[in-house]
Parts: sequence; structure tokens; C-alpha cells
Amino acid sequence: MSALRLEAVSKEFGAIHAVNGVSLTLEPGQVMGLMGDNGAGKSTLVKLIAGNFRPTRGRIYLKDEEVTFHGPLDARRHGIEIVYQDLALCDNLTAAVNVFLGRELTRRIGPFQILDYAAMNRRAAELFKGLKSETRARDKVRSMSGGQRQAVAIARTRLSEPDIVLMDEPTAAISVRQVAEVLSLIRELRAHGIAVILISHRMPDVFAVADRIVVLRRGSKVADKAVADTSPEEVTGLITGAISHA
Amino acid sequence: MLERTDPPPPSADIDAAISGQTHGRLAGLVRQEAFWVFVAAVLACLALSVATDTFATPQNLFNVTRNFAFVAIVALGMTVVIISGGIDLSVGSVLCLSAMVLAISMNAGHSLVVASILALAASLAVGLVNGVLIAFLRIPPFVVTLGMLSIARSIAMVLSGNKMIFQFGPDESLLFTLGGGSTLGIAHPVVALVLFAAVTAFMLKWTRWGTHVFAIGANEKAAVRTGVAVRSTKISVYLFSALMAGLAGILEAGWLGGVTTNLGQSMELSVIAATVIGGANLLGGAGTVFGAVVGAALIEVIRNSLILLGISTFWQGAFVGSFILLAVALDRVRAYRESES
Repeated sequence: MSALRLEAVSKEFGAIHAVNGVSLTLEPGQVMGLMGDNGAGKSTLVKLIAGNFRPTRGRIYLKDEEVTFHGPLDARRHGIEIVYQDLALCDNLTAAVNVFLGRELTRRIGPFQILDYAAMNRRAAELFKGLKSETRARDKVRSMSGGQRQAVAIARTRLSEPDIVLMDEPTAAISVRQVAEVLSLIRELRAHGIAVILISHRMPDVFAVADRIVVLRRGSKVADKAVADTSPEEVTGLITGAISHA
Repeated sequence: MLERTDPPPPSADIDAAISGQTHGRLAGLVRQEAFWVFVAAVLACLALSVATDTFATPQNLFNVTRNFAFVAIVALGMTVVIISGGIDLSVGSVLCLSAMVLAISMNAGHSLVVASILALAASLAVGLVNGVLIAFLRIPPFVVTLGMLSIARSIAMVLSGNKMIFQFGPDESLLFTLGGGSTLGIAHPVVALVLFAAVTAFMLKWTRWGTHVFAIGANEKAAVRTGVAVRSTKISVYLFSALMAGLAGILEAGWLGGVTTNLGQSMELSVIAATVIGGANLLGGAGTVFGAVVGAALIEVIRNSLILLGISTFWQGAFVGSFILLAVALDRVRAYRESES
């Protein structure tokens, strides 16, 4: 049973073919690097999977069942979580509250439904521990490093026990040391059987963590290879068009 | 955001952890702008008690607390709006509209309860229009509430024919007790302020709504993406602000014993001043109930002290303005230090 299967998915904006008949399969616990130049259709493809867009043609299957998403929250209900490039965090809130933002835990006191900070802190601390991150649940996000912020955003996706996590350029704007932290967070997701799609420009990061690499060029899939069977040189050639197919 | 490219020495982490543990509470308090404003207000009161024999009298303290209560109640609503990243310039006019609807209804023979319901309904209607225009049409809050500042006061003028109303029908004495009376030596508007402040503080800290208000103010896009009901939360914020202004209007009508159409004129400026002095960030995401109340208190203490010390009250604006600038400057310094450390 595959976590995600796309069958000849296309997305057109008027005359522009942003994504052109892309088919791919993603197994549970697999990390797929999605690569391509600017405008190759990476983010459109991700938005199709995340429910922001509906495909013009083609089908999307989750666990072998065909799905149609009515917006990103619907996709989330189907077990697809996204870590946005800007992480979608609120600096003025604690790590735990950020993790639970929009899904806060409450308890009842008399007629009032009040926030259960203790439970949120406890659960968030468990999630950080599960990700082997030293992020502290009660600290405000404002004072956190790039790697810790990533941990908060990733812990958020773990709340709903998702099947698929989409990550948009998670290592684009952080330091070398923090990249290592983020890559180990991705490995933790994989260890929990979660399928990860990693959109990235950074070749070394993709090769360090991905099992497979899919390359898009001008909206079409031009390669889908195991990392062991390819090389950064080949992938660069595929992205730029120096190598047409592989 | 700037990111450090090289890892900090481990000793720095340890030091930070130790200092964070040993005086976390106190350090957190000292970092709060509201705390320093509170200190300033207390020092001003102490200095005045020594310098004059008129400040620390029960009658003067009663007056000071009652006078700032109206601004402080409205500032509670303003604080919530400012935390959400908005602004509400219409509060002074809403206060006037509320008082006027109350006065007209009571003058026509309605009971205090019925008149209060009508007054609050009128206030909430203004808040609803503000909220809907801001949340759905995405018109900047400054523009929307500037428009409502004009419209609400105009309606109050139309309703009253721009006449003063000072007869409040059968429930007149009840209204005067509500706004002008006291219990156990504490003016009723102050009692109301304490009550409303407690409710507001509770809602900001302990409800999902409060968390969402802070989240929207800090990063609206993040709030949308995490599934927060941003639009309805925004509307509720302007409803809350209008409600506080409406309640203050009812109390102020009872205190003054008469309502004119220039009631609450340019009050929005004192209210915003109180909120900002108390540490609310006009960019959104930060602000406290305690700060708003203390900010309002400080402004009134300044005003009162000028009168008691025989200084021209024309200086009041200069003092209040200086405090606003000082408060914002301190906030900038703190933000700069945080980004450096």
C-alpha cells in the first residue's frame, strides 16, 4: 500500500501548463527529494498534494483510495501536513502553544472551556523528545534558533499522526549546524513511518537524507531515481536540461 | 531574521540557562514595560504625597481613580484590538453614541435596563461594521475606524438634534448611582474597571480566543495556515472594543448627569496613549491588561499632579506625549538588545 500515488496529474493556469502529466508513488517511511529549477512546477505540484489547488486532470490516491481535497484543511484531515518555508510560527507564543495553534487543548472548569497549558506543554515536550530535539516547550519561539524553530514546525505536523509531511525548502535559510538538526528531524519522521516530500534546492541536503529523487523540468517529471543510483552531477544536468531524461 | 552562522560557545548556553533558572520570574517581570510604568506611577504618587498635602486625601484619590476608570475601561478593548494588530479610532464616538442612545431612551421613559441594552446594541452595531469591513473587505483598520469615528458621532448628533440631555426619566437616580456612586469608598466605575479588567485578562490568557488574538497580531499568515478562524476572531475583537466603549459610555453618562454630543471627543487618543504607554505594540502581538490600566492611571496622575502643583494644565499634552515617546523608545532599545544577544 502506497502512502501517496499521483496518476498523470496536470495543472493548467489558462494556457500555462504548470504541471504536466506527473505520475509518482510514495511509500510510507520514504523520503522523496523533489528538485527542479525555479518555475519547474515544484510548488504547484506540492500545492496540488496539499489541497491548495485541484488538478486540471489526473488523480490523487492516498493509501490506494482516490481523494479530492476541498482546501488545505481538508488535506490535513486526510493526513497530509505541511511545513511551510517560513514555518508559520508566532514569535510571541511558546513552543507548545505554537505546536497546538488552531488545535489547542482545553479543559472544562464549571461553564468555562479553558486552555490546558499543562497538557499542551507535556505533549509538546514528548513530541520534541520523540524528534530528539532539545527544544523546550515553555520557551517563546522568539528566542529560538533556526533548528529549534524547525523542530516546533515539525512537531506541529506530528500532532495529527499524519501519513505524509510536505516540507518546503526547510534548509534554505539556516546555518550549517542547524541544517544537520533539520536533517535528523526528517530522519526521525521517516523512522516513524511517515512519508516525506522534501522540496529543496540544496543538493547536499537532498542527497544526505532522501531515499529517492524526483526531478521536474517545465512541469514534467524527467527523472525518478533512488539516491544510490544517481549523482549530484546527473541531477544538476537533469534540472538544467543538459540531460533530457534519466 | 538574522541567523548566527557559527555556533555559540557552549558556556553561553549554560550561563543563559542558569540565569534563566535563578531569576526567571523576576527578570521576566523587570523586562515588562508595564512594570516600569507601574513603578513610574507609584513614584509619581509618592512624590506628590510628599510634595502636596492635597494629593493623598481620600477625596482626591477617589477622584483620580474614578477619572481614569473611563479611559482604562475603553483601553481594555483597545488593548485587545492592538494585540490583534489593529487599531480602533472610533471608541470615543462609540462612547458618545452609547451614552446618547441611553439618554434618549431613558428620557423617553424606558428603564435603565432597556436603555442599556439599546445603548450596547448601538455600540456593538458599530463594532460589527468595523469588524466586517476589516476582516472581509480587508480595508485597513485605521481607515475603517476613522470613518466610523465620524459616522458614530454624527449619528449621535442626529439622534439628539445636538441637544444636551439631562433628564433620565424614572430610573434617573439609579443611573446616577451606577455611574456616580460608590461602594465601600470605591467609585462604581472603578469597581466596573476591576471587574472588566479581570475578565479581559482571563480571556486573553486562558481561552483559545485570546491565544488566537495574539497569534493573529504576531503572524496572521501563520494563523490562517494553522486553521485559526482569523476573520471571525477579528470581528470579535472590534465587537469587544465597541462593547467596552459602550459600557464606559453608560457609566460616564451616570457620572456626568448629562450627555452632550462632544462627550468622548478625542478620547481615542488618550486611550491609545494609555495602551501604548502600558507596553502594547502598535505592530501587533504584544500588550497586557495590566499595562493598559497602569498606563491610563499614569496619564491621570500626571494631569492631577499638574493641577495640584499649580502648573498650567496646558502642559499635560507635553507630559503625556513624552511618556508615549519614552515608552516606545524603551521598547525599541529592548528589542534591539534582544536581537543583539
